[in-house]
This record gives sequence, C-alpha cells and structure tokens, in this order.
Amino acid sequence: MRIALSVLQKFGGLVIVFFGVTFIIYYAVFALPGDPIRALAGDKALSDGIIQSLRAKYNLDAPLWEQYTSYIGGLLRGDFGIDFRGRDVGEQMAARWPVTITLALSAWALEIIVGLGIGVVAALKKGTWIDKGLLASTVIVSCIPVFVLGALAQLFFGVRLDLLPVAGVSDGWPVSYILPASVIAIFGLSAVSRLMRGSVLENLNADYVRTARAKGLSEQRVIGVHVMRNSLIPASTYLATDLGYLLGGTVIIEGIFNLPGVGNLLFSAIRVHEGPTIVGISTALILIFLVTSLIVDALHAVLDPRVRHVR
Amino acid sequence: MSDNLLSRPAAGPSTHRSSAGKRLLRQPGFFIPGVVLLVLVVISAFPALFAGIFGNGDPRACNLSNSAQGPSSGHPFGLDLQGCDIWANVIYGTQTSISVGVLSTVVSVLIAIALGTIAGLYGGWADWLISRLTEIFLGFPFLLAAIIVLASVGERTVLTVSMVLAVFGWPTMARLVRSSVKSIRMSEYVLAARTMGLSQARIILRYVLPNALSPVLILATIAIGAVIVAESSLTYLGIGLEPPVISWGLQIAAGSRAFQTATHILIFPSIFLAVTVLSVIVLGDTLRAAFDPKRQQ
Repeated sequence: MRIALSVLQKFGGLVIVFFGVTFIIYYAVFALPGDPIRALAGDKALSDGIIQSLRAKYNLDAPLWEQYTSYIGGLLRGDFGIDFRGRDVGEQMAARWPVTITLALSAWALEIIVGLGIGVVAALKKGTWIDKGLLASTVIVSCIPVFVLGALAQLFFGVRLDLLPVAGVSDGWPVSYILPASVIAIFGLSAVSRLMRGSVLENLNADYVRTARAKGLSEQRVIGVHVMRNSLIPASTYLATDLGYLLGGTVIIEGIFNLPGVGNLLFSAIRVHEGPTIVGISTALILIFLVTSLIVDALHAVLDPRVRHVR
Repeated sequence: MSDNLLSRPAAGPSTHRSSAGKRLLRQPGFFIPGVVLLVLVVISAFPALFAGIFGNGDPRACNLSNSAQGPSSGHPFGLDLQGCDIWANVIYGTQTSISVGVLSTVVSVLIAIALGTIAGLYGGWADWLISRLTEIFLGFPFLLAAIIVLASVGERTVLTVSMVLAVFGWPTMARLVRSSVKSIRMSEYVLAARTMGLSQARIILRYVLPNALSPVLILATIAIGAVIVAESSLTYLGIGLEPPVISWGLQIAAGSRAFQTATHILIFPSIFLAVTVLSVIVLGDTLRAAFDPKRQQ
C-alpha cells in the first residue's frame, strides 16, 4: 500500500518531467533557427506554393503550443507522426528497436556478470594487489572516451587480429555485438564493481553477519546468501538506472560500429533535419528513461526492508 | 567586529580543512593528476611555447605531399592526412578542450549556485518550481539533449558548444547546493547571525555560501572531465566544434577514418584526451574522499 502510494507520487512527478522534457525537445527542433522545410530542399529552391502546402501539411504555421499539444495528443494514441518524406516514424523505429535492445541487453548482461564478479572478488581480497589492480584498471579504462575505445577496439580486434567484425550486424548475435557491447559495458562496469565492493565490505562487518556466523552457518552460506542478498541493493538500483542509459546511450556506439539501431536512425535524422523523426525518437528514449527510473524506485522499495517499512 | 565572534564556528571546518589539505598533498591520487593538470593548463595558456618545441610549431602549416607520414625527427607524433604536424595540433587542441571544460563548468556552477541557494534558502513555491525544473533537466540523458540542441544551433563555436553543455550540466550541482544550503540555514551559527540582526545578503554571502560551496566545487572538478568527454564525443560525431577550430575530437574523427593505414593519427590525440580526463576524474575522486566526513575516522 505504502509502496503503491509512493510510486504513485513519483509517477505524478514524472508526468511533469515528461511534459517539460518533450516540450523542450519540440522547441529545440521546431522553434530554434533553421527552417525544416528549407533544409528538406537542400540547395534547390522550392516554389512558394510548395513551401506553403508543406507548412500546412505539417502544421508548422500554427502557434508552437498548438503544434506541441496536437503532437502529444497523437503520441497518447500511439502515433509518432510522419516524417517530411511521408514515412511513419513509429514504423521506422519499430524496425530498428531489435538491434538497439539486443545491444543494450548484451552490454547490460556483461555489466552484471563481470561487474558484480569484480566487486565481490575485490571485497573478499580487500587491500591486496588483486583488489587494487582490479579497481584501478576499471577506473582507468572507464576514463577513456567511448569513441576512442570503440575505434581502438576496431583497430586491434577487428583489423590487426581479424577476430571480430568491425561494423554492421550481418554476422548476427553474438559475433557482431561482442565489440560494441563490451565497449559500452566498460563504463557501467567500474561503477557496478565499486558499488558492489563497498556494500559487500560494509555487510561483512554487519551485526547480522556476525549472528549468522555465530549460529554456525557455513562461510559459503553466510557470504553466498546473507551478504550477497543485501549487497545487491545498491548495485541493482544502479544497474536498473543504467539499463535506461544503455537503451538511450547507444547513439555514439551505433554510429561507430554502424549498427542499424534507433540511435543510428536518430543520427541520420539529425543530418537531414528530419524534425518529426528526431522528436519521435528522443521522446521514445526519454519515456524509456523515465519508466526505468520509476521501476528502480519500486524495486528499491521491494528489495530494501528499510525503505519498505519507513513511515 | 561582532563578526569575529560569529565566524569562529565557521573556522572550525577550515582548520579541519587545512589538515585535510596536508594529508592530500601526500596522496599520489592528488599530486600526480594535479601536476598533469597543471602542465595541461600551462600548455593551454601558452600553446605557442609548447607547439614549437620540435621546430614545427604552426598547426596550420601543412604540406599535402607528406600526408599521413609516421613519426620522424621534427615531427615526433608524425603528420596527419593533410600533412600537418600532429604534435602542434594536439597542443592547440589542449587549449580548446580545457577552455570548453572550464568555461562550461564555470557557467553551470554559477547557475547551480544561484538556483540552489534560492531553492534552499526560501523554500516554498520557489523551491517547488526550481526542484521541478531540476528534475526536468535531469530527465534528459546528457548527450542526447546536447545532440538535439546542437543540431539546431547555427554556428557551433567554442562558446556556443560550452553554453549548450552548461545548460544541461547544472542540475546535479544545483541539487547539491540546495541540500547543503538547507542544512546550513538551520545551523546554529546562521541562527546566531540572524539573531544579531545581520542583513539577509550578508548572511548568505558570509556564512551560508562559503560553507555550502566545497561539495559543489569538488563535483565541478569531475564535471570538467565529463564536459571534455562530451565535447570531444559530439565533435567526433560531427555535431560539436567545426573546423577551423583545432580540437581533439576532430583529430580523432579524422584519425578513425584512416586508422587502418595510419594509426598514429588516431593514437596521439586519443592519449592526450584519455590522460586529461583520467587526471580530472582521479583528482575529483581523491578530493571527494578527502572531504567526505563519513570516510574520515
């Protein structure tokens, strides 16, 4: 009940954020200098009649507020509108989502397996060279910008060693996704392993662990069940938020590895000034981002007894 | 004169700070990135001095017939596709990256201090409004927001790119200022100052702000690193800085188009970028650990 109430409250806040964010995007795409119709024509000059009819078709002459509300109205019915070439934006996205979702989930799985693993190992070996080495190397690698890492990965694993494909998805999962997924997973990796290390260390000294040991539980059971369950809370909250970022943050990596996902579509839309496509994709990405943060809060309440019973 | 008496409680944290300062100087996590950054700042202040060390200091003196030549004497980093000296370009690129990082972060810190102080100090509807605004701006994934706005900005110079990044960089810091101002507002020394009848402006400037600032400034150090990465990523994607500006992002973009034949074009600017970002982040992290009261026992 209390969880439901706090989730509802959070939901109210997200609705405000959603309208604020989408309006700013809409404003940035349609109201800032740069005429979308003129950009559509490229170097050729369009006749006034054609410009007029195009502007009417895309409702560009109405006040911005009215354009925005009619767009949101369509969105609520699941209609992302049509782009300047008459293609349905929703359909274009639908064709691209599988690639983006596969990429994000692969990277996410890597973060979970490798990140949690490194965190637990570092905590259990606290203060040793294994601990320091693992932590330092995740921090150092995560400081290299993603596009540099992507280009270097292409160079070494794709060209020099000729192990993995450099671009495209023609080899299917997992071969085509290994390089790009590893490159984006590296960023979350350092945060996940640090969070996990910290909370495992904290829990190892907690009273309930002492109790568990005192009542004669095996070390395996103490760490594997009691410590792990409670240590997973901070890391899982981070991981859930990160899935939202991964789904929305693949723009760069899809560009580098030329994967035909949603990020790539957004990118080509920006190049040709396809306003409706830009707004549609950004809105979808932000919706995902907001929904994940809502789920994170609910998850947090379910996992952490302290949050559940507070108030 | 009555101020002296009042500032004593504020002096408490400052002695504590100076001992933290001494401890900091002994930490490799502080002085190594500190020295690296100092060198980079000096380079970006006087790029001409450093670019000419190997005898070819002009980043725009190019000779197409030497396109993509590897490292040689006089050109320690080799030449790029246009036959320009990569060392000179990387040095001038340092100036661009540091300028964007500092400029953008200073602006977002100022926005954060202004909004965070108002929200934390006055509460009520101002707090509600600013908190919602903060949430809206936090609702954007940082790079996505910058991509959308920069795509509609006409001319993308160091100034405009910095400003766009600043507009989306302040929310986390504003939240931090708000919460520290809120807790300081209720502290005894502020209460004492208020009882003594000091003006609101004086209380804010002398007692509230100085004590609310240090967590934000630490976060700002890390933000500089994030901005530098964001700028070079956007530039790499073709929606950040544009030529004729000299930027690591542009050099890396050019290098990654030719990396199969001329690796050095990609490698050298990448090393500079990675080392800069690494130093900023390690420095910020060390500072955060040193000033975190929870970690100080």
